[in-house]
Amino acid sequence: MEFAHLIKSPRVEKVLVHRPLNKSVEGVLCITGHHLIFSAGGESPDEFWLIHRIIDLVERKPNTPPAAGGTLVLKCKDFSVISFDFQNTEELNNVSASLDCLSSLENQSLYYPFFYQPAYTAIEDGWTAFRPEVEFSKLVMQQQEDWRISYVNKEYAICSSYPSAVVVPKAVDDDVLIAAASFRVGGRFPVLSYRHEGGAVMMRSSQPPSGPNVKRCREDEKLLNSVLKPGMRGYIIDTRHQSTTPTPKSKGSGGFEIESHYPQWRRIHKPIERLQSLLESLSKLVEACLDTGSSMDKWLSRLESSQWLSYVKETMNCACLVSQCIDQETAAVLLHGGEGLDSTLAVSALAQVILSPDSRTVHGFEALIEREWIQAGYPFVLRHHRSALSNTVSRNKENAPTFLLFIDCTWQIMQQFPCSFEFNEGFLLQLARHSYWSQFGTFLGNNELDRHQLQLSKKTVSLWSHLNRPEILRSFLNPLYEPNNRVIWPSVAPMSVSLWPAMYLAYAVDPKIYDDAWRDIAAICEKDKELRSRAQRLRRQLIDLERDAISKGLLDSPSSIGTVFD
Amino acid sequence: MNCATYPWMKLAHSVTIPCVSQMLSSNVATVGGGGEHDSIGKSTDSTDGVDKSKTNQGSGPDGQLNRSLSFDGRRKVWARVEAHWARVTLDRSVPSGAANSADKHDPQGAIGEQPFYQRIRSWLTNNPQTQTYQQSPVMTKIENVRMLDRYNNRKPSTGTLYLTATHLIFVDPDAKKETWVLLMHVATVQKLPLSTVGAPLQIRCKTFLSVTFVLPRERECHDLYTSLMQMSQPFHIEDLYCFHYTSSLEEIPRTAGWTFFDLETEFQRMGVPNSNWTMTNLNKDYQLCDTYPQCLFVPSSVSTIVLVGSASFRSKGRLPVLTYLHKNQAALCRCSQPLSGFSARCVEDEQLLNGIVQANPNAKFMYVVDTRPRINAMANRAAGKGYENENFYENIKFQFCGIENIHVMRSSLSKLLEACELKTPSMAAFINGVQSSGWLRHIHAILDTSLLVARSLQEGVNVLVHCSDGWDRTAQVCSLAQVLLDPYYRTLQGFQSLIEKDWLSFGHKFTDRCGYLQSDAKETSPVFTQLVDCMWQLQRAYPSAFQFSERLLLHLHDHVYSSQYGTFVGNCEKDRLDLKLSDRTYSLWGNIASHLDEFLNPLYKSDAYPGLLEPNLVPSNILFWRGLYCRFESGVHPRESIADVLLATRDHSTSLEMHIAHLQKRITAMKTLLDVSSPVTDNRLAVDDEDDEQQLGLRLKKSMQVVDDHPLSTSKSADSVFSDGPNIENSITSSYQLRREIDSVCIDWRSLRNIKECVCSTPFDHSSKKSHCWRCGEVFCTRCLDKQTPLPGHATHRPVPVCRACYREVRLSSSSITST
Repeated sequence: MEFAHLIKSPRVEKVLVHRPLNKSVEGVLCITGHHLIFSAGGESPDEFWLIHRIIDLVERKPNTPPAAGGTLVLKCKDFSVISFDFQNTEELNNVSASLDCLSSLENQSLYYPFFYQPAYTAIEDGWTAFRPEVEFSKLVMQQQEDWRISYVNKEYAICSSYPSAVVVPKAVDDDVLIAAASFRVGGRFPVLSYRHEGGAVMMRSSQPPSGPNVKRCREDEKLLNSVLKPGMRGYIIDTRHQSTTPTPKSKGSGGFEIESHYPQWRRIHKPIERLQSLLESLSKLVEACLDTGSSMDKWLSRLESSQWLSYVKETMNCACLVSQCIDQETAAVLLHGGEGLDSTLAVSALAQVILSPDSRTVHGFEALIEREWIQAGYPFVLRHHRSALSNTVSRNKENAPTFLLFIDCTWQIMQQFPCSFEFNEGFLLQLARHSYWSQFGTFLGNNELDRHQLQLSKKTVSLWSHLNRPEILRSFLNPLYEPNNRVIWPSVAPMSVSLWPAMYLAYAVDPKIYDDAWRDIAAICEKDKELRSRAQRLRRQLIDLERDAISKGLLDSPSSIGTVFD
Repeated sequence: MNCATYPWMKLAHSVTIPCVSQMLSSNVATVGGGGEHDSIGKSTDSTDGVDKSKTNQGSGPDGQLNRSLSFDGRRKVWARVEAHWARVTLDRSVPSGAANSADKHDPQGAIGEQPFYQRIRSWLTNNPQTQTYQQSPVMTKIENVRMLDRYNNRKPSTGTLYLTATHLIFVDPDAKKETWVLLMHVATVQKLPLSTVGAPLQIRCKTFLSVTFVLPRERECHDLYTSLMQMSQPFHIEDLYCFHYTSSLEEIPRTAGWTFFDLETEFQRMGVPNSNWTMTNLNKDYQLCDTYPQCLFVPSSVSTIVLVGSASFRSKGRLPVLTYLHKNQAALCRCSQPLSGFSARCVEDEQLLNGIVQANPNAKFMYVVDTRPRINAMANRAAGKGYENENFYENIKFQFCGIENIHVMRSSLSKLLEACELKTPSMAAFINGVQSSGWLRHIHAILDTSLLVARSLQEGVNVLVHCSDGWDRTAQVCSLAQVLLDPYYRTLQGFQSLIEKDWLSFGHKFTDRCGYLQSDAKETSPVFTQLVDCMWQLQRAYPSAFQFSERLLLHLHDHVYSSQYGTFVGNCEKDRLDLKLSDRTYSLWGNIASHLDEFLNPLYKSDAYPGLLEPNLVPSNILFWRGLYCRFESGVHPRESIADVLLATRDHSTSLEMHIAHLQKRITAMKTLLDVSSPVTDNRLAVDDEDDEQQLGLRLKKSMQVVDDHPLSTSKSADSVFSDGPNIENSITSSYQLRREIDSVCIDWRSLRNIKECVCSTPFDHSSKKSHCWRCGEVFCTRCLDKQTPLPGHATHRPVPVCRACYREVRLSSSSITST
């Protein structure tokens, strides 16, 4: 067995397990290299598997001696808390130690996706489904004069977090890109993220360097200005607070574009909460949600003080602003925060949900996540190593739920436009979950370089290959979907933003009722479609018979033949 | 002003008042074409930098505000007014939101008789100088008024304000925008500090509409203020709107709805009277208790002396009586607080309670639930009232439940509304506001208590509920407990019974609580609003358990406050009898019955929850009801409504089912025609299809829950769908006929998305009901879709909604068929 040295008690009998929404049962606990398996013997064959990476925190609570044994509490990244009562202290300690290690392995190549063998053969290989060449080919083909795919980062030397292929203005050559990269933090020079119908584009990058000795960078300016049509202005939308950006204007640049050097660009600050405070916020929220015994006042005040909904609202607000610049003013937008890895990606992805009808389809949303998160170098492993229920000791400052924030915002928009999305909230939940723990390799690696080195596409299965199988996909389709080609403007009034029950309250509120309702909705829609095709079929049949009858002279021919049939 | 205050009184003799009332959705409606709340424009955070331009809206030309109307302009306004008056006169019956009534009158003819209408017409079409409004129902007309809304102060809409006998109407001709405020809905009127542009007047409504008008002159503002203050709350009950509201053109007669409910029948449904429970006539003349119904149900074992004695020991004589008997023989009883003071006791009252315990064969004790907080009950003892002493009463278990009194609730709601009206609402400020209002805490307490009561009854133990007088909190808790317990009360018919029984018969003081009349403002309280809110919370928790939808709750809430129907007027059954309401006014139930389809929940499954509902009442599960309290903030609601789409889909399916059945008949007939020599008769051929059809019918009937022929039950319509029309011509005469039949049913209905206005140019907002014409599949407002006719392409002759053009078409072609 793999990891044998880490597993001292692979099998423990007579463990009593307490799970939310379930009765407590006694059974056998097994620890394998990648899973914790619990099986209740006896009449009710109750069994569940937990992948180790779902575990956010392991808490060991031994009984006070002389009583032997104790309780092991597992806090999970799906915001559930499971506890196991052990009768034997040694077993408790062994299991606890094993899980502690196994759930926080540093070496990604030991993760489950490298060992997972699917029982089916995928029709479509998710690893190749969303290459930038494919994704941008349409755009590049249509706009051959304006845009090109650059392989300047082929060896990941210019920017370690960028993919090897990026889309840049045709007017600038790779040398300019290299120079611009040296001007931007982490080498994340401005690249194309989205081109809207009207021709306006969204670029994203990281911030310019800060400090006293920074000189202007003509190449960066050239790169940006090349996307502007003559006489047009663009917007730089900075997701940091104006005051947090250092402002030693007298000496060089201060971490943002100086007006005098970018006269055609107008800078707007739309602060969005970052990394640590975002994780703290989520922690507070989840703790409040788990505390089902609190009073109404306590709950509301904890909901408010977690600030999660405020952050959701701010992110939506910023995405709306970006969308507005692009759609209403047909202006180019450069979007960046600090490193261009978190709030930048959340806003650019969310703006596309608002702007682009494509991104509201299943395939389009998958492509969006590939493009704007995975290929854009959001460090999933780093960010999702710990989640809301970890404690301050176990988490580090690189852990953050920015991706979850984006998924939440998407859900909010979906609430307001329930017929405009091809997928349902279950799909969003799945994506959020797989980004934290998964048998698939899609969310492994912190950037393309990482993924390349891990040989993910060879050694693991892609989540997309799994999700896009028709039998799986079926359960994630929205029965009310009716393609909407417009830009969808969400409301960001506080009363329009609500807490996502299926995400945060799944263990406080039984979600089954809503599943049933959706099943009914699907049945109603399905029946309607069926009747529609049946009616059309019968109409055709009737008209054929009529033709027969007329030809046989049994029926007078129509005096005026209208085009009745579609 | 005395006489002029209620102009309908004066005018009723001379002219028929144009029934302004029935206009527009839900009595008070902002019909905005300007889309001022649309999309991102609504983002309540002002985005720095980028100007928030309106989106997707072809609103009127900017920069032309305040222009005097050109002839063309006037023509346009005229067209709008005409359209409205047409509707007004036509839909007299349909007061509000729901408005859609079939009627067969020529709009022009009806309109021509309205003097006000003529005056407006003459003003709009010819001579702007005609200013003879003083004698007409338009009591005041103020021009150049600006209407402010919270988010768009930079570009307020400017228009004319009309004060009529029943409504305050703001017309912004440029933005095609009208705002109608039913005067009876006006809750508060406030003069705000003068500004450079004029005198602002803020009007808040009981339906949670809040508008601010800036009037050019302070004098006008003051006059309007005075008029509104007087007209929104008459002095005398007979001046209420319902006594003057006429609905002569509606298909429903005045009597409709008054007979839907009968208290004795409702008790019979529960199996009462029986050996344990009997009906008493002691209160026949309201001598025992004037706020109780005439027939009371009490334990069979107790004597008249006991009842009389108990009544004298209870506040306002409201003695313990039965309100609901569960199928397990557990009884829910209600009363007011005992006059116990610190130590008083009453043998008869103790005997009555004991009698109630004895009436349940399955339990040896009962719960007495005092819904008040302990401290309030204690305080009442000082006034000679109080609560039951467990030592004096045998076999009771006593419990306090902590629902606050009407005064706390009133101020809680006003704080909640403040939170909704914050100028620059941040998430934190909003949640804070909701929290500090305490509103959700109160909703939680009511639901919690109701669940406690329901659980006890489910366990077979009797419960006696009271508060102080037993007509506010007691009504809430009793009715909600019954909703949780009995699936019947989750049907529309059952819900009506529940309101009739526990609210109207048992004397919830609607007149006082809703503030219909000028009286003590301390008597008003949103007690019924809370019931509606709790019902919404339950509907949300159980999407398929209720036969009626959120729309019904809103409609009910509107009309409880509008006093347009006599249903809720009066403080108790006696009041309503004295006022002869059933003779003199219309019933809301009649109105609801005639628009049943709009109020049904498409997800309802009658057998989904046969037993007790046990909602999870963790605080995170109790939500702020945006759809009620922010109802008129059109920007904050979902832009696509699942409920509306489902209702349309359901109708569409029904239409297709009837069409398919028809097609099958035709195909069979055609086959017979083609195959005359065949020994197989058409019946044989059609056997599969007919089976199919029958099953369809059965399924449909089943899904619509057949109760009986009660007007609020849906069984009737289900029946009519598949009661095979005898008048279907079974022979095919011509190809033309076939075409006509096929043409008459639209297979693909227009999508509800992005439809901003009806053909009559009434703008749709989120709350307006959009309906499809079953023939052409286009979308109309309810007023334009007021015709019903059977379609030749349907297997049955059930009349279905069609637009006016299609109606003419169908009528024309059917007459041409019959004539040939």
